[in-house]
Order: sequence, then C-alpha cells, then structure tokens
Amino acid sequence: MAAAAFIPCGQFKTTYAKDTTIFPTPVSRAFAVLALVLLCLVPLVASRYQLNLAIQIGYYGIAALGLNILVGSTGQISLGHAAFFGFGAFTSAYLNNAYGIPVFFAIPLAGLITTAVGLVFGIPAGRIKGLYLAIATFASQFILEDFFARADWFTGGSAGSIASPFGLFGYEFSSDQSYFYVVLAYLVVMFLLGANLLRSRDGRAFVALRDHYLSAEVMGINLTKYRILSFGISSFYAGIGGALFGHYLGYVSAEAFTILLSIQFLGMIIIGGLGSVMGTLMGTAFMVLLPEVMEAGVQNLGGILPGMSDALAFIKQAAIGLAIVLFLIFEPDGLAHRWRMIKAYWKLYPFSY
Amino acid sequence: MNTQLLVQLLINGLIIGTLYGVVAMCFVLIYKSTQVVNFAQGEFLLIGAWVCWWLLTDFGLPFWIGFPVTLLFMVAFGVLLQVVVLRPLIGEPIISVIMVTIGLSIFFQAIMKWIFGTWAKPFPQVFATKAVNIGGLQVQTAYVMSVVISLIIMVGFAWFFKYSRMGLAMRATAFNQQVAQSLGISVKQVFAMAWAISAMVSALAGVVVGMVNGVSSALSFFGIKVFPAVILGGLDSIVGAIIGGLIVGVLENMAEFVDGQYLNFGNLYTVAPFYVLVIILMIKPYGLFGTQQIERV
Repeated sequence: MAAAAFIPCGQFKTTYAKDTTIFPTPVSRAFAVLALVLLCLVPLVASRYQLNLAIQIGYYGIAALGLNILVGSTGQISLGHAAFFGFGAFTSAYLNNAYGIPVFFAIPLAGLITTAVGLVFGIPAGRIKGLYLAIATFASQFILEDFFARADWFTGGSAGSIASPFGLFGYEFSSDQSYFYVVLAYLVVMFLLGANLLRSRDGRAFVALRDHYLSAEVMGINLTKYRILSFGISSFYAGIGGALFGHYLGYVSAEAFTILLSIQFLGMIIIGGLGSVMGTLMGTAFMVLLPEVMEAGVQNLGGILPGMSDALAFIKQAAIGLAIVLFLIFEPDGLAHRWRMIKAYWKLYPFSY
Repeated sequence: MNTQLLVQLLINGLIIGTLYGVVAMCFVLIYKSTQVVNFAQGEFLLIGAWVCWWLLTDFGLPFWIGFPVTLLFMVAFGVLLQVVVLRPLIGEPIISVIMVTIGLSIFFQAIMKWIFGTWAKPFPQVFATKAVNIGGLQVQTAYVMSVVISLIIMVGFAWFFKYSRMGLAMRATAFNQQVAQSLGISVKQVFAMAWAISAMVSALAGVVVGMVNGVSSALSFFGIKVFPAVILGGLDSIVGAIIGGLIVGVLENMAEFVDGQYLNFGNLYTVAPFYVLVIILMIKPYGLFGTQQIERV
C-alpha cells in the first residue's frame, strides 16, 4: 500500500512483471544510475579516511543485507552472523594461502563454502524459530568463536592469518582507491541479486513464512526447505562480505568477529528497516558513521571535559547500544520508513492533502 | 585420577550452580510474567555489584547499610527500566524485544566500564574469616553465605508465589493477561514488579560473586551462562531454572576437570554449556520442565 502511494499519475501497470520491477518509475531508475556514476567518481575526490569509511560501509552492507534477508524477510532471528562473516574471511584467506587460489576466485568460493556451512547450521535451525532460534544462534556464535581461536591450521589461531590483496590480471588492488571499485562492484551485484530475490518466487515464499508460517505451509510452501535456504543465502552474503573485509585489511584475526559484531549487524538492519534492501545500506552507513561521529564529538569536547578521550571506546559502544534502543522505541520501522515519509512529504508539497 | 580436585570442583560447581539457578530464576520470572527475553540479565549483576562496591568504598558505609541501599536502588532501577524502555515495546515483534534488551546490555556494559574502569576491583572485607573448612575442603565464606542466601531466596520465591497476593496476581498474569486484567489485577504493576524483583535478586547474586572474585565486567557473563540453564530447565519453569542452573554449574566444572586432566583443550569450561544448549534445543526444545507450546490455527 505504502509503495503504491508514491507512483506519480500517468504510470499504469498493465502486467505483473511491470508491477514487480526493482525501479517503479523511469525517474527512480535514472536516479539509481546517476548515483552509481557519482559513486564511481568518489575515489577521485574523497580523502583516504572517507574512502576507508565507504569501503567499510560496502562490505558490512553486503553482510547486513544477508542478515536482512534472513531476519527481515524470513523472520528467522540470528545472533551469530559475525561468526559466518568471520568464516568467510578466514576461508578466503585460507584458500589463497594454502592452495594458491587467486583472490579473485577465492572470494566467491569463500562465499560458497560459507553457504555450505550455513546450510549445515541451518538444518537444526529449520526446526526451531523465534526465541529459541535466537538463543541457538547465540550459542553457535560462541562455539564458532572458540573454533576460530583453536583451529590453528585454518585460522592461524590467536596470531591470525595474512590475507593478500585483491588482484586481477597481474594488477594489485592494494590502494584504497582501487579497492573501492572492487567493493562497489560486489555491492551493486549483491544488492541487485538481493532485490531480485525478494521479488522472485523464493523471496515471496520467505515473506509468506515470516508473516504466517502455518498459512504459508498450508498454501504449499515447504517450511523447512525455505528456512534452510534463507539461512544459506544469508551465509553466502556474510561470506562474501567477510572475504572482502579480510582482503581489505590484509590480516584476519578471530578477535574481529565477536558477539558485538553480530549485534552491530542486527543493529544495522533494525536501524535501516527490517526487510528493506535500501534500508540495509542506510542502516549500515548509520552504524559505521556513528562511532566516527562520536569520536569527532569527543575530540571537540576533549578540551572542556577532561578524561573524555580515554573513555572513547566505551562511549562508542554505549552509543551503539543506545541507538538500537532509541530506534526500536521511536522508529521501529527504521530509516527506510523515514525516507519514504520524506518522499511522500515532498511529493505533495506544499499541499499536504 | 585426582579425587581431591574432582571433589573440590564438584563443590565449586554446586555453589556456582546455585548462583546460576538464582539468576536463571530471575530470568524466568521476567520471561514468564512479561514475555520478554532479557539479554541484559547479566548487567543487573554488574550494576548491583558496582553500586554496592561504590557505596562501601567511596562512602565507607558498613555492609549492613550499603547492601540494603543497593537492593533498594535496584528495585527502583528495575521499575524504571520497565516503564521507560520495555513498556513501549509491548506487542512489538519478538526481534524488537530481544534487540532492545541486547542494546541495553551493551549500553550498560559500556557505561559501567566507563565509570568504574575495566579492571577487577576487590570488594572490601565483609566477613572476618575468608574461608571455612568443610570436610577437609577450603570453601570461601562468601560462597557458603551465597548458598544460604540462595536457598532463602528460593524458599522466599516459593512462598511469594504460593501465598502472597502479589505473587498470585503475577502467576495469574503469566497464565493469561486478559483474564487477569478483567479480574482487576493491574498488569502494569505486575510487569514493573517482575522487573524490580528480578533486578534486585540478580544484584544480590552479583554482590556475592563480587565478594569472591572482585567486581569486574566479567560479571555480565553470568547473563550469558543463564541461557544454557534456562533452556535446559525449560524457559517458563522456575523449578527448571534452579535445576538447570545446578546442572550447568556442575557441568562446566566437570568440563574443566576433564579438560585440565585429559584433553588439554584449554577453553572447554566456557564453551561446554553452549554445546549442551544446542543439543538440548535439537532434541528437547522445551527443556526438562517447560510447557510445550501447541499452535492451533
């Protein structure tokens, strides 16, 4: 209903295919292409610091989209997403280091292997839901974290493992400028895949399971199959995001994939809007930029309030917690909903009726 | 086979297990009466212990004044939390409720670290003797007290829910909110009450653990260890929570024993309860004493 209100007059949908396109109007498509072109120009003007943030938003955004498909669209709560993210990072580094597979192929392969692991974890998860699933994935987060710290052959143990930079035809994407394009390419492909998935038969099955799983099952949707599939897809996104993360930092260590990162992923999709593809990106940007804003604020206040800069790490963590709580209380539909409201407001401006 | 160590660990396990049981009971109390899964249970221990520590060291209050003041503060804190944060979320989907308690948990953890620092700080000496000798084994006095206090709390809970007016109102609300409301029970009050009691009793456990190990952010890990206990016992069973807590306490110490003596993995103490949790969820998701939910269309 909400989406229908924003279609300008003169746009008539005569087929189902037209009704489910990703971009409802030519203008919105033009804007998307324009945004993409502008993003391609970003490395030419942005500073190293800004590029670093943009790349972070890219790889976290990919992983968060996977979580949004699982949590927002299928309604299966996962508190162990960081573990899969980490698994992707370790797998890609391991494939590259141990078997000499080029990074270009190691990243998608890591995604596929993480999918396989996700499917294995998804089989028991297909039987339980809601609260119990949240607790089970919570436990699996701790189990996988322990595995990362212990499996020396795979992760390098507590020392971590080295991930070589992304390369293509002998050219190394080791600078931030060039790696930005790698992440951007992955981001666009993964987001188009995600948006397409949600308007396909499988995506509609996910939403049906979320809204009322008994009715969905009565209508012939295979409950277990789609729950496990959703887990697998979400792991694929996490694996790709994690692999991009690993090859960007050049170093993967188990300390990066704690329960706090899982919570941050959930925070991203809640702040962005559950079940919304674009919202995921907005939420990720919010979550990545929030600590930076806090840091800038603390540095400015540092002269006035002594001791603030020592507490920076705690202030960042507290801000994440507070942002999640405040969004859930005051804007449970997330930034995507706020964005729709702004669009609706301007559509009829200045006559609001 | 080191029998001495085994017995020592077994007793440790039982003592820690009673504490887990008490915290798990508080968790179940909140879940049962307000349908909220409280991921911030460990932070109640943390906040209670830090507040008590603060009153005792910075203000130099004697324990018998500082401790009740802490409990009163926690009652107010629990009510405030329920009214300000949890009440607006009544009727929201389960993910929102889970996430709000997780958000609270990392918020309070960070704030406590900010105020009191990251390092463990020792509690002022409360009991004259540090350890007592029971059957040839050294047991910390605070632990002996904790077992006694835990037993008192458990009996108190049993009495409260069986005979007191408020306790009966809480049970009625847990059973069916609408019917309870139509009988004149203030559901709002019951919800606030559940959080207040839970926060207070958890803080008590926090103070006890703080006395033995010193107060640090490690206390909030109790809130995570509670999950294996409550899943084992069944999410909505208070008796189950106590038994689950005992089993988890003994289990992790047995894991420590097996690990230290034979396997040498190094970290089994922390992870073993989670393996048990996953296995229990697979074979018996409603736990030992939980009520099975049957969904009808």
